[in-house]
Formats: sequence, C-alpha cells, structure tokens
Amino acid sequence: MEPTNARPVLDLQNITMAFGGLIAVRELSLQIEAGQLFGLIGPNGAGKTTIFNIITGQYTPTEGQVFFNGQDITGWKPNAITEAGIARTFQNIRLFTSMTVLENVLVAYHVRQKTKLWQSILFTPGYLREERRMRTAGLELLEKVGLADLANKKAGALPYGQQRRLEIARALATNPKLLLLDEPAAGMNPEETSRLTEFISEIRDEFNLTVLLIEHDMSLVMTVCEQIRVLDYGTTIAHGTPVQIQQNSRVIEAYLGEAKEYA
Amino acid sequence: MKRSTQVTLTSISLLLLAAAIWWASGNLNSYYSRVANTAAIYITAAVSFNLINGVVGELSLGPNGFMALGGYTAAILLLPVAQKEMVYFLEPMVWPLGSFSLPPQLFIVALLAAGIIAGIGAFIVGWPCLRLKGDYLAIATFGFGEIIIVLANNLLSVTNGALGIKGLPELTNLWWTWGTAVVTILVVKNLVNSTYGRAMRAIRDNEVAAEAMGINVTKTKMIAFVVSGFFGGVSGALLTILISTISPTLFMFTMTFNLLIIIVLGGLGSITGSVLTAIIFTVLQELLRTVEAPFSLGFIQLPGVPGMRMVVFSALLVVLMLYYRKGICGSWEFSWEWLLRKLGRKEVDQWNQPMQDQY
Repeated sequence: MEPTNARPVLDLQNITMAFGGLIAVRELSLQIEAGQLFGLIGPNGAGKTTIFNIITGQYTPTEGQVFFNGQDITGWKPNAITEAGIARTFQNIRLFTSMTVLENVLVAYHVRQKTKLWQSILFTPGYLREERRMRTAGLELLEKVGLADLANKKAGALPYGQQRRLEIARALATNPKLLLLDEPAAGMNPEETSRLTEFISEIRDEFNLTVLLIEHDMSLVMTVCEQIRVLDYGTTIAHGTPVQIQQNSRVIEAYLGEAKEYA
Repeated sequence: MKRSTQVTLTSISLLLLAAAIWWASGNLNSYYSRVANTAAIYITAAVSFNLINGVVGELSLGPNGFMALGGYTAAILLLPVAQKEMVYFLEPMVWPLGSFSLPPQLFIVALLAAGIIAGIGAFIVGWPCLRLKGDYLAIATFGFGEIIIVLANNLLSVTNGALGIKGLPELTNLWWTWGTAVVTILVVKNLVNSTYGRAMRAIRDNEVAAEAMGINVTKTKMIAFVVSGFFGGVSGALLTILISTISPTLFMFTMTFNLLIIIVLGGLGSITGSVLTAIIFTVLQELLRTVEAPFSLGFIQLPGVPGMRMVVFSALLVVLMLYYRKGICGSWEFSWEWLLRKLGRKEVDQWNQPMQDQY
C-alpha cells in the first residue's frame, strides 16, 4: 500500500476507559489511515470491544478524545456517529430478526433518506420514489454480498455465516467511510472464514472503506490486515505488520504465557 | 401485485363499508348501533395503542390518560354555554372555557383538538421517559393515567370534578366512529410500512443495533408515542360524545386493561389482530352480560355479580397466554395478496419472487 500523507481517518488520543475501579483501556492512542485494513487483536478482556464501543459512541471515554476525519466525535450519540460515517457489526450478531433480509438493509438506509414523516404516512409520490430508490439500492447491495436470493427471508432464519454477512451488508448500507468489524469470523468453520477473508478485502476496495477489525482467528487477521495492534489489559503491547507481530516475543507471551512458567 | 390494484381493492372495500354504515344508520336499533360504535372506538384506541406497545415494543400503560385528556377536551369544547352554567354549579367554569362553545357542526375541530391535546400530553410524558431504557415508560405512563384521573376529580372549575359533565350533544354516529377507525388504521398501517415504521420495528428487535444503524431512537419512539396519543385522544373524545357524559370513572385503569387484553389477544404489533379482537371484545362484552345477571340452576339461585365479565376475560387471557402466546394473529397482517391467494387465484408465485413489489 502506498503511503498516504492525509491526516488519519480515525485518531484516538490517550483514551482511558474506567468502569469503576476496573480500567478496561489505558491511555491508548491509535491512528488509522484512509484505506487501511487495520487489525486489533489481543487476549480476551484486553479491551478490544470496549474500544469499539468508545468509537461508536456506546461508551464515552473517561479520558481522551476520538477524532474522525479531524472532527472531535467524543461523546456523540451512536446514531450521530453512524451518520458521520462509522458503521459497525457486533460480536454477538444483532440482526433485526423478525424483519426480512431486505428490510434489515433498508433500516440502515433510514438515516440517509430525506422524506418527512407526513410524506411517508400519506405515501406521497416523493416518498414512493425514495422508497423505490432505497429498495433498488438495497437489492443491488444484497446482490453484491451474495444475499439477493434471500431478500424476502426472515433474517433470523438465515444460517450463521449468512447472518454475519448480512450484518456486514447492513453496516455497508449506512454508507460508511470507516467500517468496524467485531470478530466477524467468530463461530465460522475454516471454509467460511476463508470466504470471509476474501469478502473483507473485496468490500474494502469496492466501497472505498477503511476497515478496523477485531479478530481471534489468526489466519484471517494475518492474511487480511496491513497493520496490526496487539492489546493486553487495555494497553498496547505491539504494533506493526503481520510479519512483525508474528515474531514479537511480547505477543507470544501474552497469548501463550511466559515461556519459563511452563519450562 | 401492483400498487394500483391494491388501491382499487381498498377503495372498493371502503365503499362497501360506507354502504354498510349507510344501511346500518337507518336500520339498526339504538342498542346495536351503540355496540357498533363502541367496537369502532375500541378499534381506534387499540390500533393506536398497539403502535407503541406492539410495533415499537415499549410498554405503555397510559392510554386511559390520553383518552381522558381527549374526552375532557371534546366535552369542554362542545358543551353549550347555557348547559355549562347549569352543570358547573359547584364552581363556575374557569375563563375563557365557560364563555364559549363549539357549534355541533364543528365536531371535527373538537376531535382534532382532543387528539392534539392528548398528543401534547404524550410528548410531555415521553420527553423524559423515552430516553431511558427499561420499564420506566410503563411506570411513568401508569402514573400519568392516575394523575389525569386525580386532576379530573379535583380541578372543579375545569372538569366539574367527580360529578362529571352531562348533557353533551350526541354527535357521535357510525360515520364518525368508523370513519375515524378507518383513518387510524390507514395512518398506522402506512406509518408501520414506511421507513419510519421500519425504524420502529428495528428498535423493537434490537435497540442497540438500531442505534448503531443511525436511527435516532428517542425521536423515533417519540413519533410513535405522540401518534399513538393523538388517536387515543380522538377515541376518548368519540366515546365521551357517544355516551354524552364524562366523569373520571369513565377512563379508569380498567380502560387500559381492556386495551391491553385486545392488543395482546390480537397479537402484539398486528393491526389486523387489534381490529379483529377489538370487535370480538366489544361483542363478547355484550354477550357476557348474561353471566352478571342472577340466574338459577334449578336447585340453587345465584345472585348477579357485577364485574363477572372481567373474570371471564381474565381467565380467557390466562388460557390464551398458555396456549396461544402470540395472540390470534401473531405478527400476521391482512393483505390483498393473501386474500387472492386464499381465493385460489394464480398468483402463487408471489411467495418466491425476490421482491413483493408493492410500489
């Protein structure tokens, strides 16, 4: 990847997140450049999902600031942050299970649609045009992610791998610039994981995205990510390219424990 | 199915309904037309109540409060000035309410005012409560309903207290009640199927994900709550004018309880379910009058027990919750496509098409 001179898309500055006495994230700084595929790894409880929740506004950090495209978004509400261009998926899938696959995607278009409440109640021509436009766009998007033939199925009835895929599609429908994927390969078999690996690179190029992902599946992380940050107990223990990370002794320690303990 | 076909079918059925009302207005005796009016009022109240409880999935227990607000608004606006001086003998009516009244021709203005006042009430209750997650709305709306009753009992110069207001012009007829019911159904149906309705259903399914998809949760809930309050107020006004009297006892918590029975039995979130059970409920309430009358088993004479009907309903509710948890309709909705399929027209492929194009 060619170096970019622009300012980072996402810029976390000295983020600390404390839950009472528990400090989940400690003075973390992180910059992600446009177009990067950035991996965030670490053992359970390292604070990865907490960072996602801070970026997307579910939590307000105890200290520090979050900048998105140079704008301070610390303390914004989740929906405002999505509107600004950050979308996410969830570790434990959170689809709108009673709605169809297409409707799940259409919900995500709501934030970008322009019609007023009264127009949608009266089904004015303007509203119907907008609705038709959203449906066409939604079906196109489902086509791209390979879910088009399931458009009218209930989301809750999809097999696991496709639910994951739909969650990503739904996040893409909000038209994000930065996409956060929280353990997208969790619970997938190796074949599904390798398909997902391709899928993530594809959508990055196709939708011009910057991607930040949390993952435990090392094959996926090492294949797809350009930069990796390793966390343990809320602090950074390593940072670099996949090759650098694989050789880092502190990372091996954090994952496997210190060598001497087992000697 | 094309949208134009649906519009045509809907228009035809509305014309049939209009014909039925026209026939009923001339031919039903006052008892049957009272039942028919009550059914339509229950439809309006239940469908609007279902919007917040079923579609958005927020438990509200305050529709009796909104109906009371609407009922009192309409009563105060429509009671003739001469009548006002007679009715408010404990304390004269507060200025300017006592010095004017709407002529009967402006019934619709009174209905709209009733809806708007109830909608404002909903906004005031919703403003603090809809920000919070959890059961706060249930508690706050329950409290709201009780407060309205207490106010109605004590604001003598506005509501005439426990004596209530009597001698209201009897303006409610089948056209008004069923017309309102149709408007409510159409508005709520369109709202639920619109992009705003999708946002509401998304909140019901998963509030965290909905917010992460950019939906302004508080605002969306507020829209549902205020629309629900508006139509609740209108239904309260219709009921008040139908029985031409209002007192605090008319809109006690029992009203909310009745509406809860209706929407739960019908299927939370299903407009069709609310409409069907509203009608069934009204009819059953009449049929079950017999269980409150004294009757004899031959060897033993049982006295009439007022309130026995509610016991029957409660038992019915328990049975349904045990065996039919999703209610009569579940989340099913009536649609013309469904009807045509049932009638055996060859549109079976609708199921397998990637998009059932309604537009």
